[in-house]
Amino acid sequence: MEMLSGGEMIARALEDESVEYVFGYPGGAVLHIYDALFKDCKVPHVLVRHEQAATHAADAYARATGKPGVVLVTSGPGATNAITGIATAYMDSIPMVVLSGQVQSHLIGEDAFQETDMIGISRPIVKHSFMVRHAEEIPGIIKKAFHIAATGRPGPVVIDIPKDITRPDEKFEYNYPESVKLRSYAPAQRGHTGQIKKAARTLLAAKRPMIYAGGGVILGEGSDLLTQLAQDLNYPVTNTLMGLGCYPGSDRQFLGMLGMHGFYEANMAMHNADVILAVGARFDDRVTNTVDKFCPGAKIIHIDVDPASISKTVTADIPIVGPVKSVLTEMLSQIEQIREKDADLPDAGALQRWWQQIDEWRASHGLLTGRRYRESDMIMPQQVIESLYRSTDGNAYVTSDVGQHQMFAAQYYRFNKPRRWINSGGLGTMGFGLPAAIGVKLAFPDSDVACVTGEGSIQMNIQELSTATHYKTPVKIINLRNNYLGMVKQWQDMQYESRYSQVTYADSLPDFVKLMEAYGHVGIQVEKLDDLDDAMDEAFAMKDRTVFVDVLIDRMEHVYPMHIAPNGSMADMWLSKNERT
Amino acid sequence: MRRILSMLMENEAGALSRVVGLFAQRGYNIETLNVAATDDPTLSRLTLTTLGDDLHIEQVTKQLNKLVDVVKVVDLTEGAHVERDLMLIKVRANGIARDEVKRTTDIFRGQIVDVGPNVYTIQLVGTSDKLDSFVAAMTDVDILEVVRSGVAGISRGEKVLSL
Repeated sequence: MEMLSGGEMIARALEDESVEYVFGYPGGAVLHIYDALFKDCKVPHVLVRHEQAATHAADAYARATGKPGVVLVTSGPGATNAITGIATAYMDSIPMVVLSGQVQSHLIGEDAFQETDMIGISRPIVKHSFMVRHAEEIPGIIKKAFHIAATGRPGPVVIDIPKDITRPDEKFEYNYPESVKLRSYAPAQRGHTGQIKKAARTLLAAKRPMIYAGGGVILGEGSDLLTQLAQDLNYPVTNTLMGLGCYPGSDRQFLGMLGMHGFYEANMAMHNADVILAVGARFDDRVTNTVDKFCPGAKIIHIDVDPASISKTVTADIPIVGPVKSVLTEMLSQIEQIREKDADLPDAGALQRWWQQIDEWRASHGLLTGRRYRESDMIMPQQVIESLYRSTDGNAYVTSDVGQHQMFAAQYYRFNKPRRWINSGGLGTMGFGLPAAIGVKLAFPDSDVACVTGEGSIQMNIQELSTATHYKTPVKIINLRNNYLGMVKQWQDMQYESRYSQVTYADSLPDFVKLMEAYGHVGIQVEKLDDLDDAMDEAFAMKDRTVFVDVLIDRMEHVYPMHIAPNGSMADMWLSKNERT
Repeated sequence: MRRILSMLMENEAGALSRVVGLFAQRGYNIETLNVAATDDPTLSRLTLTTLGDDLHIEQVTKQLNKLVDVVKVVDLTEGAHVERDLMLIKVRANGIARDEVKRTTDIFRGQIVDVGPNVYTIQLVGTSDKLDSFVAAMTDVDILEVVRSGVAGISRGEKVLSL
């Protein structure tokens, strides 16, 4: 039996978990661990410039690969800096293991230097957390942490490790467990057959069906099955912001994103549907608009691995708790059996009329069936995303920050594959995009990785340009620059008579081109539409350089459609500044 | 509607704070709370009373079940059950009140567990309603201190909450 110190056990356990990268930042409480990483550990460490960025990079790595992201931070400020990133991962159900250092056991509770109650502070934003009390517990706790983070509805797990637990002079037997058994944690393995049968019948009897698929389909690796189900039945599909890519975005049956800034046709089809199949989606307030007015005529089938997501805001008529993959597999076979007996299902005539209606909605106000944005002397933000889409053949990994640019990217970049759209949906964390892009690029060095951002968001983690230099992660930063905090400005335009309270900083922005050069990167500024495509192509042609494309866009554009709130339904939308449903 | 949720959880540091934190975080209310280890020292039994309709309680129960430290949850008010709350109440007991307190205590089948020249400490066990009634009956008495354990409960008959 091998004898290892606590610090060495952590390094070894990360190897045993086949961790590809650890994102972190050293400090006093984790020095023993960093020494163990230095001496003997095959897992490379990525040194970020701020702990928040470590969590976003690890989170994005997890979103892109499906494997848990791993973070290592020190106690006190290291741990608290990680909090925003942990909350981001929690809201979007991203598997992540965060190792935080803690002051020595005997100092806990004494307000020691760099002491903070990490377990307490992180409690509402973790799936679970562990405080290590003895070094012998380390292998078991790490095994459990990875298991809990990655199974069921995934989420971040924090392991808080007092410094003395990792001391190099005390060695213990190291034995990494093969399996985990937790009596109090048993996520559903399959759905209830009776419920699935009932759901299959209801789905086949639909005259105006809609498939509403969310991030859970991607997390549960159910995209292929969902696509097969939709295509077998010729049913229309909409995706949530988190679900984009789980159904091919350029397919005819795809109606676009739904919700507050969803496509007109997606929101109209939801509102008028008679059966909604919700898969791995959680009826978020940014989707439903006023809950009481949500899809009044629809029977709702809701598949989710988390029972607490079902009937939380909108009551499900047919709830199914289970992993998306196993439930959809069983549902496909149930559907096949029913159709063998009754070949007339679903009702072809009704479906044809439904598609006719959808196509009418599409033709009248669909975002992708005609230009829906204003003519302007400036480049329009939508055109930037269209140019990015063209330049990358729709194959890039696209990370984003939060705001108008995020919505334009979600609307105009048609994601045909899961795990390509990497954004902070639930928490809406500005500053996510750049560290996220670095995390994705490390996972997929040969793929194009673009960070769509704005000049507000990018400055929230701009120090990570240095990390990009350090690790040679040539990402492309597409800055939709309107010199406003655009989404806040949009709300101020619409609800506060354009009183622009604290949304502009035009005179104090850095020269991004020079800033990029200072970091050893390339900066390109684009002012004219005629130069946009060339600049985009030039950026992506520089395979080994981080390039910042600073696009000066129209300053007044809003994101449309936009749900009318309060008291509006799915079907109540602003379609432009002066046109509403 | 008042509900009694009773659960088994890992007898570990932090488990209680997760349960209580969940209630604070999601805006659920806790009327009473009672927790102690069981015959199995690795398990604690936590019983709490809360208010809410069926949908609300369903959501609370689901959220509790999601906590990794929580092993099992039941809503005791769904079936026949026994519930007990324990109260220690210290009252001023002199003059006419001294006899009056003793009589009322006997009527409620309470016990005077500590006697001083001017005070009685009374122990009363029963449903929360009974305890409330006793306090209400002490109108003319000077109440000095009230301590209640919170509700503990158990299902009637064969039904058990165990692993």
